[in-house]
Amino acid sequence: MQKVDSKPRVATVWLGGCSGCHMSFLDMDERLLELADRIRLVYSPLADVKEFPRDVDVTFVEGAVSNEENEHMAHIVRRNSRYVVSLGDCAVTGNVTALRNKHSNVEIIHRSYVELADKTPSLPIQFNTVAQLLPQARPLHEYVNVDAFLHGCPPTADQIWFAVNELLEGRVPVFSTIYLRYG
Amino acid sequence: MSVLTLTIDEHPVSAKPDETLLDIAHQNDIDIPTLCHLDGLIDVGACRLCLVEIEGSPKLMPACTTRPQEGMVVRTNTDRLKKYRKMIIELLASEGNHQCAVCVVNNHCELQNLAYAVGLVYVRFPYLYPKKTLDATQESYIIDRDRCVLCTRCVRVCSEVEGAHVWDVAGRGISCEIVADMNQMWGDSDACTSCGKCVMVCPTGALIKKGANVAEMEKETDFLKYIVTARQKQEWVGEYLKEH
Amino acid sequence: MTVEELRAVAQREQLRKQNCKSRILTCQAAGCISCGSKETKDAIARGLKEQGLDKSTEVIGTGCMGLCGDGPLVIVEPEGTLYKQVDPLLGSRIVQEHLLNGNAITSHVIPPDDPFFASQQKIVLEHCGRISAERIEEYIAVGGYEALARVLTEYQPQQVVSEITKSGLRGRGGAGYPTGLKWGIVQKAVGDQKFVVCNADEGDPGAFMDRSVLEGDPHKILEGMAIAAYAVGSSQGYIYVRAEYPLAIERLRMAIKQAERFGLLGNRIFESKFNFRVDLRIGAGAFVCGEETALLKSIQGQRGTPRPRPPFPSESGLWGMPTLINNVETFANVPPIILRGSSWFASIGTPKSTGTKVFALAGKIKNTGLIEVPMGIPLRDIIFRIGGGTPEGTTFKAAQTGGPSGGCIPEEHLDLPVDYESLATVNSIMGSGGLIVMDSESRMVDVAKFFMEFSVDESCGKCIPCRVGTTHIHGLLEKISCGKATQEDLALLEELCVMVKETSLCGLGQSAPNPVLSTLRFFREEYTSVLKETERFIPSTSNEAATPHAS
Repeated sequence: MQKVDSKPRVATVWLGGCSGCHMSFLDMDERLLELADRIRLVYSPLADVKEFPRDVDVTFVEGAVSNEENEHMAHIVRRNSRYVVSLGDCAVTGNVTALRNKHSNVEIIHRSYVELADKTPSLPIQFNTVAQLLPQARPLHEYVNVDAFLHGCPPTADQIWFAVNELLEGRVPVFSTIYLRYG
Repeated sequence: MSVLTLTIDEHPVSAKPDETLLDIAHQNDIDIPTLCHLDGLIDVGACRLCLVEIEGSPKLMPACTTRPQEGMVVRTNTDRLKKYRKMIIELLASEGNHQCAVCVVNNHCELQNLAYAVGLVYVRFPYLYPKKTLDATQESYIIDRDRCVLCTRCVRVCSEVEGAHVWDVAGRGISCEIVADMNQMWGDSDACTSCGKCVMVCPTGALIKKGANVAEMEKETDFLKYIVTARQKQEWVGEYLKEH
Repeated sequence: MTVEELRAVAQREQLRKQNCKSRILTCQAAGCISCGSKETKDAIARGLKEQGLDKSTEVIGTGCMGLCGDGPLVIVEPEGTLYKQVDPLLGSRIVQEHLLNGNAITSHVIPPDDPFFASQQKIVLEHCGRISAERIEEYIAVGGYEALARVLTEYQPQQVVSEITKSGLRGRGGAGYPTGLKWGIVQKAVGDQKFVVCNADEGDPGAFMDRSVLEGDPHKILEGMAIAAYAVGSSQGYIYVRAEYPLAIERLRMAIKQAERFGLLGNRIFESKFNFRVDLRIGAGAFVCGEETALLKSIQGQRGTPRPRPPFPSESGLWGMPTLINNVETFANVPPIILRGSSWFASIGTPKSTGTKVFALAGKIKNTGLIEVPMGIPLRDIIFRIGGGTPEGTTFKAAQTGGPSGGCIPEEHLDLPVDYESLATVNSIMGSGGLIVMDSESRMVDVAKFFMEFSVDESCGKCIPCRVGTTHIHGLLEKISCGKATQEDLALLEELCVMVKETSLCGLGQSAPNPVLSTLRFFREEYTSVLKETERFIPSTSNEAATPHAS
């Protein structure tokens, strides 16, 4: 893919998470306008791009690696991004996504698609549309190298703003006292 | 009683022979992180966070159980110690199921605070995600073994202070667990007096009050010091004798 | 019992032996029993009866004769002919051909100048395989309890301590602490009661030295403990023996009962003011209970977990009282030192490591078994001369001393003398005496993983570095072993090993990473050769594919 301008190319990815971290991203509010001037968002659940592009400068990844598609995506992200940033506790520790790790996949699927279904309880396996769960949901850095970690469930908009600015300044953000918080 | 002088982190300090290095450091505002230690309980030297370097000794020594010696030179905050403390917290984080976001003591947790203090940005070891159990059969409290760091404060406070010895450790190695009585449900324990001391001294969300929601519970450990000091000085005995 | 009575017992027993035309010794230690030596013994006894030789010939069961790999072993006395691999059939043939016709069955005879036996020097094992472990009279007949008699009638306690100090004896449990110094500390320690504890919780994989002594010569341990108790001023002893040694427990029970009946344990021993009782305490299967502070807790009926030292058990041990803890082999050295003198003992071995050491040879070696060699002997002699080298078609790669707490020693260090200091220079330890040989077939990452699995299983869980650290070390080794690890994983493994070594509470945790660190030191390429590349950013200018291979 040809670069159309010299703005840093940024992507955000949504793996096994609740999208709360992306909500927090949007919580940057009016700062998003400033950001739009300074970066090019090349891939994101917030933008309609089907394939993860090459030569991304920074990718923020929300969520734990929970199914086979997540795992595949993690490797694509790593190979095509200069910097990979874990966005939020699920990507950093597994967090809420990893609560399922005590139970077997069969139990989980049954609970979600049969027990809790309102109208048509049925297992998704027969349609082959839902990616297979991995045995456990695990943090991103257990699959690929991660360059920086943004903590919190979710990280605050200020935290994300700080990280983005640091990265745009060419520094790997260091989250000391104020921004280092689990939960 | 004789008084000793020693050096901690370049500060000359004085000490009584029956104090520990941890006592002396705290008296002199020198911060040494701890987890299994709690004022009022007998120290076991298990968490290894308070390890210090002593000049002339090849081994690192736990400050909580090491007595001072005349002329001792102690260092509490070298790069090596800082690195090891961080690794200890890292190991603990990987060992349990510490989902802070959904924990009753979120933001009031000693493990969380230690993680911040040592600057634990991420855990390099694979998370073990153990299959631990939760026991909510007791009328007022819950034990959630997912959050347990095996500091054994609950075991000690129940045995040493309350005198009930409900709690103990079962199993070994990575499968160690805190169990009630002879590995019964907590609610079936005849020995438990429901005093709640174990809940208060627990550094994490492993022992909690029923009905508390996420991030709602704060623990209060100071009470222990007062009970233990009062017992040692037999303060109530004095009051009683004064009155009669 | 008086000293005169003791000697009378010895004389009677010697006379009884002389009256036997022949004596057939069959090894009844756990190793030979497991390959059928009980049946062999029965067959021999039956054969003797059939031939009418049972009045003039005695069949006895003894402790370990050493060459366990060639069991069941049988010795015919007075000739001293040693037979190997004696099944019941061969047992009856020995009666027929050797005893009746006077022709030894040469195909199964191990010659007395066999290098396995020729290079050994036996002090601890002097009676092992030579006497019946089940009759106190046999022990007395070979000079048993003479040392205790001498100590009680001729020595002041202080003299005993100084005799042991002068001998240079060091703790055989592994750490090599000077025994005399320890005895002196307990002797000087103040306490209403003092205790003597024998650590028989031998748990290293591949180690069976203590078991063999307990099974083969239990009275020697009792005598050693009694001498120690007299020296330090104790009247109560405990032997902490692991439950996995049922035969050793049975023989110790028997030995204690016999010694009590003979008045060699109990009150006013040899009509002195010295009283001493010994009780057995059986372990419940935890390796960590071999660590002295955990062992003491276990004896007290508590959960066996170590505690920080100081205070050391010699000041504050069982129930807070001064307690002397020594290993089985250490106690077994005591009676010979008293009888033959400290200077005799000190002349054996090297100046800093005196006496002999018992080793259990196991692994990829021709002659597996139990040996006793003078300290300072080169490792090469043990493995190649005594052990006969590795099996045909393979070459030697490394030897592991000290079990899961020790390290491996590669070919280039084989000329190292076996003593406490020399082994430490290559990051190994003497340990309690397990010696496992690995040949060219062994993969060192898997060897390290095997020992680490043991440490993970046996960690008591009290301190964090050992409880969680060993689990992760094992996980990282697994990752390396199956080719999924990167350079970063290897660096993390090394960092964690050093951390666990330096921060763990007890010796088990502190030494648990040793097998990894030593295999890394000598066989690093076996680790690095199986690492994979770290996945990284691939710019579009590169020819490499940007999508990962399907996995």
